Amino acid sequence: MSFDAVAQQPKLMYLLQGLAAFAAVVSVILLALHRAPVRRRAAALILLAPALLLLTVGLLLPGLRTLALSFTDDGGDTWAGLDNYVWMVTDPRALVVLRNTLAWVVLVPSLTTAVGLLYAGAVVRSRFRTFALSLLLMPMAISFVGAGVVWKFVYAYRPAAVEQIGLLNRLVVAFGGEPRQWLVDSPWNVMFLIVAMVWTQAGFAAVLLAGAIRAVPGELTEAARLDGASPRQIFWRITVPSIRPTLLVVVLAQAIGTFKAFDIVKTMTGGQFGTGVIAHEMYDQAFRYGETGRGAALAVVLFLLVTPFVAHQVRARRRTG
Amino acid sequence: MRFGARLALAVITLVVTVTACGTPRSSDSRAHTTADCGPYARYGEHPGTEVTVYAENRDREADLFEETWAAFADCTGIDVQYEGDGEFEARIQLRVDGGNAPDVAFFPQPGLLERFAKAGRLKPASAGVVALAKQGWSADWNGYATVDGTLYGTPLVANVKSLVWYSPRFFRDRGLSVPRTWSELMAVTEKVAASGVKPWCAGIESAEATGWPVTDWIEEVLLRQQGTDVYDQWVAHEIPFNDPRVIRAMDTVGSVLKNDRYANGGFGPARSMASISFQEAGTPVLSGDCAMHRQASFYADLWPKGTEIGPDGDVHTFLLPGADRTSRPVLGGGVFTAAFADRPEVRAFQEYLATADFANARMKKGPFVSANRGVDPANAATPVDRLSIQLLQDPRTQFRFDGSDLMPASVGAGTFWRGAVDWIGGASTRQVADSVERSWPEN
Repeated sequence: MSFDAVAQQPKLMYLLQGLAAFAAVVSVILLALHRAPVRRRAAALILLAPALLLLTVGLLLPGLRTLALSFTDDGGDTWAGLDNYVWMVTDPRALVVLRNTLAWVVLVPSLTTAVGLLYAGAVVRSRFRTFALSLLLMPMAISFVGAGVVWKFVYAYRPAAVEQIGLLNRLVVAFGGEPRQWLVDSPWNVMFLIVAMVWTQAGFAAVLLAGAIRAVPGELTEAARLDGASPRQIFWRITVPSIRPTLLVVVLAQAIGTFKAFDIVKTMTGGQFGTGVIAHEMYDQAFRYGETGRGAALAVVLFLLVTPFVAHQVRARRRTG
Repeated sequence: MRFGARLALAVITLVVTVTACGTPRSSDSRAHTTADCGPYARYGEHPGTEVTVYAENRDREADLFEETWAAFADCTGIDVQYEGDGEFEARIQLRVDGGNAPDVAFFPQPGLLERFAKAGRLKPASAGVVALAKQGWSADWNGYATVDGTLYGTPLVANVKSLVWYSPRFFRDRGLSVPRTWSELMAVTEKVAASGVKPWCAGIESAEATGWPVTDWIEEVLLRQQGTDVYDQWVAHEIPFNDPRVIRAMDTVGSVLKNDRYANGGFGPARSMASISFQEAGTPVLSGDCAMHRQASFYADLWPKGTEIGPDGDVHTFLLPGADRTSRPVLGGGVFTAAFADRPEVRAFQEYLATADFANARMKKGPFVSANRGVDPANAATPVDRLSIQLLQDPRTQFRFDGSDLMPASVGAGTFWRGAVDWIGGASTRQVADSVERSWPEN
């Protein structure tokens, strides 16, 4: 199917209408401020009003409704108390989902940061720094769905007798091993999904950390070198402590992103074979199984889990900023 | 004028211009056919109206639908806007909750239709549709679109699942004849296995739906071993999911699918089927690496290009046999129309879809099976479609709908599928059946 510009024209019009409406609201506010003699406080309120309105309609109200739904039965009309939360911590499959989410949140940020840090440390003084960093950054340009499809092929399984189409099994067979069903064998399949996530995120960590490493004052490392410190000691004792704030930002950003991991799971296994995570299970329960209450409960738990990370990041940013 | 006022004026001018020329045009560039409008006279004239249709079918299947109702649309003046979406099952709920429900939806699962009917979102079928439904389909079939005694739509598509694909040449070369009873089927299975070829091939990978082909197998065998009554009770959860009779059916399936001597032909050990997509699972039949592949009529479209289907072709099908020669248990699935609106043009369109005329016209355009009594098997596009229609019209046939589509979605599209995957992966029958039983919603 080709992209038909004429057929898409109404959508373009909707876009223009949206932009125009946005501009109209902004100009009405500006005009109001400009004409009416308002005090500072009132002016602040007028300027904040559209944002507050959008946050209320788009975030606060749906959030409260989700909270309410999480205490109701599947159809959303009968009160179910804490049933949905009890289900989450007693159902064996839901527990697998919680376990996987924990594994993701512990492993993805730490592996991503570790890979990014070592890579940044290795290339930061090299002549090919820009090239090397963009190489690692490239997977970030691919959407999670694209990355999921790519890695699904990497892990593809074919029986021993025929040619392997998956890179990993091809290597295994080349070294005389038996092909394995990487995405099927629980619980290790969770690790293979995590590798795909790390692959997409390591570049982001490396670029931020490389920037931070370059910002470490030259006098510091020079002084250490004069004192006879080895490159390894300089890296671990001088560089890493100096870039701690950046490290923290990277780890937190990764953790927040990982909680919401959905696309990779959906494209690679569809949450089968015991690989589900909260964000994916929430979708399945609410939209595929019609268990709105359970889906909402999972959403609430996800929100509660992410909140401390977001709060910490906001505070950290306020400190550094 | 100061800057702020000038800016505001400019913006307002822009808004007015854009809104004025932004009214979406109806892009009805379809060439008017000179088709005879006589047959469509009874649907009346509805010039300038629009009916939106939302369904799962995309690409070629969608084109064939649109071609089929083009003449209806031209003659009645109704602009039928079709939208196909591979994520239909998940998104229909969002569309309806968001106040953006289509006029007509094609539901691939009766359970999903029931959910919207119970929520009061669907409009009951018009008197015209009810009459057409009674005339066209058996009570069983209409029952799948009936909720609490009210009919909401009609069956649109039917597919027959109880088919075994095989290579006639493979059978001829080994002197095998097509089995007519379950024990003959097992004899053929053993004979092929003894000759060093794994008799069965299967693949159950299907993204988040992984596992469904195994659930079909279990339903087939339960239907054959215990008959329609026990099957219906099991689907309706009047007997527990882990009833001993169900366990027995699962163990029978296990003796084939979980048996490394019998499966998975062309792909390795039995548990390799978890990695093999259902689309490619049957291909070893062509190379002689497996003898049989149980899959629905729609598998006809999934063979590699150039594969000839028929008694003298590369592959053909036989009915998965019942316990004896006289029984004709057939498991199948279907798609049902239902409407979220009751405007006259929507009624007219739904009535048109309920006629045998529509089904016959659609069959002439390409592979399609309808359970409507009025369809002519001669119109079938392929030998498999013809066989399917004959089976559906045969009065001896005991048709039963795919049970996992009738169970609550959290079981039928959730724990049952997942349980089937665990089971193929090595979990015991008891363990899996118990866990599915525990997951059944309480009310």
